Amino acid sequence: MKVMVACKRVVDFNVKVRIKPDGTGVDTANVKMSMNPFDEIAVEEAVRLKEKGVAGEIVAVSCGPAACHETLRTALALGADRAILVQTDAELQPLAVAKLLRVLVDREHPQLVIAGKQAIDDDSNQVGQMLAALLGWPQATYASKVEIAGGRARVTREIDGGTETIDCGLPAVVTADLRLNEPRYATLPNIMKAKKKPLEAVTPGALGVDVAPRLSWINVAEPPRRKGGVRVATVHELVAKLSDEAKVIEQART
Amino acid sequence: MIPYQAPLAEMRFVMTELAGLAQVAELPGFEDATPDTAAAILEEAAKFATGILDPLNRVGDREGTRLAADGTVTTPSGFKDAYRQFCELGWNGLAKNPHFGGQGMPLLVAAAVDEMWNAANMAFELAPMLTGGAIEAIERNGSDALKLAYLPKMVSGEWTGTMNLTEPQAGSDLAAVRTRAEPQGDGSYRLYGNKIFITYGEHDLTSNIVHLVLARTPGAPAGTKGISLFVVPKFVVNPDGSPGARNDVRCVSLEHKLGIHASPTAVLAFGDAGGAVGHLVGEENRGLEYMFVMMNQARFGVGMQGVAIADRAWQLARSYARERIQGKPAGAAKDAPTPGIVNHPDVRRMLMTMRALAEATRALGYVTAAALDRASHHPDPDARRSDLAFAELMIPIVKGWSTEVAQKVAYLGVQVHGGMGFIEETGAAQFARDARITTIYEGTTGIQANDLVGRKIVRDEGRTLAVALGKARDAQKALAQSRDGTLAAIGSRLGAGIDALDDCRRYVTENYRRDPRGVLAGSVPLLELAGIVFGGAQLARAALVATSRLAAGDTDAAFMRAKIVTARHFADHVLTKAAGLREVIVAGAASVLALPDDEV
Repeated sequence: MKVMVACKRVVDFNVKVRIKPDGTGVDTANVKMSMNPFDEIAVEEAVRLKEKGVAGEIVAVSCGPAACHETLRTALALGADRAILVQTDAELQPLAVAKLLRVLVDREHPQLVIAGKQAIDDDSNQVGQMLAALLGWPQATYASKVEIAGGRARVTREIDGGTETIDCGLPAVVTADLRLNEPRYATLPNIMKAKKKPLEAVTPGALGVDVAPRLSWINVAEPPRRKGGVRVATVHELVAKLSDEAKVIEQART
Repeated sequence: MIPYQAPLAEMRFVMTELAGLAQVAELPGFEDATPDTAAAILEEAAKFATGILDPLNRVGDREGTRLAADGTVTTPSGFKDAYRQFCELGWNGLAKNPHFGGQGMPLLVAAAVDEMWNAANMAFELAPMLTGGAIEAIERNGSDALKLAYLPKMVSGEWTGTMNLTEPQAGSDLAAVRTRAEPQGDGSYRLYGNKIFITYGEHDLTSNIVHLVLARTPGAPAGTKGISLFVVPKFVVNPDGSPGARNDVRCVSLEHKLGIHASPTAVLAFGDAGGAVGHLVGEENRGLEYMFVMMNQARFGVGMQGVAIADRAWQLARSYARERIQGKPAGAAKDAPTPGIVNHPDVRRMLMTMRALAEATRALGYVTAAALDRASHHPDPDARRSDLAFAELMIPIVKGWSTEVAQKVAYLGVQVHGGMGFIEETGAAQFARDARITTIYEGTTGIQANDLVGRKIVRDEGRTLAVALGKARDAQKALAQSRDGTLAAIGSRLGAGIDALDDCRRYVTENYRRDPRGVLAGSVPLLELAGIVFGGAQLARAALVATSRLAAGDTDAAFMRAKIVTARHFADHVLTKAAGLREVIVAGAASVLALPDDEV
């Protein structure tokens, strides 16, 4: 069974991000970038499926600037067999990424697509779902456990109330949540071998996809600074502040 | 206490711009060490250092190691598992011979990775470091049979190695070694003696420990020419390669040390119960000669421990200074929120000095690593010779100066923390304690200085030093030609430093044979002068690269600007000592030697 894993190159979780002065976005120039942690979990799951004999070939895919080849090299070092870089410097929004992945799925015919549930830069949590819809495939998102048997997937999902387990046919899209696994460290021999594994670069144009953003950013700003606490004299004052300033309750107007 | 973050951008800059990684990757045997492979290796090593080794650093410091009544030693919680992972991931063999299972990476790449292990957990790193020394001893000098029996498992890390040189009466003076080795007639020997200060001499990490032991055979000449090198395994190796019978080597005690508590430092007794089975490495009576060849890498490795601790101590102090608020710094706006103590001029000075020293010692270390790589792998014998000469000149400086600098940086790290620095909880104190051994083991600073003066400078009449000074002058001239005020100022200080060191070169070559005691009285100051000049020259080169990258519109402007400022700080706060050091060296001997021993 061929498995495709989508990996995104994002600002490293340790970096204290700064907003660009013009408020159009986060300043990512020269900050440390890494593979999205949820995608690391997705890669790890694919590798474990391969080690169990369930998955055959693992194809890692990333979309973005040329530097994304570093992310793909990491995936190859962790155990992916091949990598595809959809190279573009254009801004990629989740719908565009889903469309690109869809074309690659049609080309590669994997039985399973695994991706992180969301990227830690924009927290969109959309690509997996959109991809499944474009393909007409079942989706099993926020996976904390994945079992593949008899052409079907049994996935335990993390949901607001706890967990639920669903059963769906393959091919399917699965998105990985935090508790799905703990990613391994790459071994040194595999880091060295990653260089020799095939890494193919294509462009969105070659895949016939229009990646132009459909949404425009109006403003990006830091969260408001924490203000100091205030002592209130009466309960009435407290209720008024909770209602009018903090806006966390609705005060009945009498 | 912030977790360790490997300074990857800084390491990559030094490796590619100053040490010439791309050229090292062109050497036969190092074709795999391209910048992008090196970057991938560093990236993954950083994850392991931060994720697995760093969390164990304090644990190891607090728990230490324990010797049980049955002679077994327990390492701190988590160390055994971390070591197992370290080996399973292949890190032990990074720079080892692929013929025995290693990855064959150059020392330049290993230097950066080892820096991470040391910064995250120096006590842990000593295990693979000592194994590396033992591997080198066997690989360079052992028979094919010996290599086959031991190297594959030592390269993988399945077995660790130790270096057993020191005895109570034989430390700096190895000629005084007394351990005996008696031939058994079947090619093996039995050893009898006691060795002290044996790092990882006993532990619970692996199924065997391979002790390399210096000992005298019967009838061997007295002194340095009568010492042989032996392999004495903890468990005698069966014909199938598995560990067999327990050998007659026993851990008698573990030292209670100032630092590196997680590293078991053992007293080992060989032959208390009939004699420890040992195998000769190479030829009899060549043991010290073999040791001296290995000393290059061993001393280099300890120098890099200094770099690692300095960087880690600086990272921690900087983080503390940014957060800690104590008093409005001079010149701060009255109505604005009080900034962290990083804003106080004196604290800033300490942090900049820590940074400049860490960066200078790192640059000198990586450049020396690349020279060692060229010395061993360059196809042209003349290039190999000159690179080896340069590396051998730099090694006592990398070891002696970087480790002394680390003391200073770790000291400043505690100072920046104020009272909290004296409290173990913040972690600053542990770096100061762990660093303390680095100026002592693998040859004290005095030994390094005497090596620099008495061997490296005197033996070729200062020629290699003159060539190295010439290269430093190239950097200085490039700076002097710059219209930029900062670069010109750096060049001026560097020039004064080079002049001072050149004066001392002449002083040493003209006076050593006539008055060795007078010259050696100033050998450690000379070591320091050499360090600040050659370290400063590397930072000067870095400033030149940073300037041209800024002019070319490099997007990492903040990084490049900081490089230039750091070089300026080193020039104004460290290189300025050069003239004073020269005076100490050329005119300071009289007071040192005037009093007789019993009136000192």
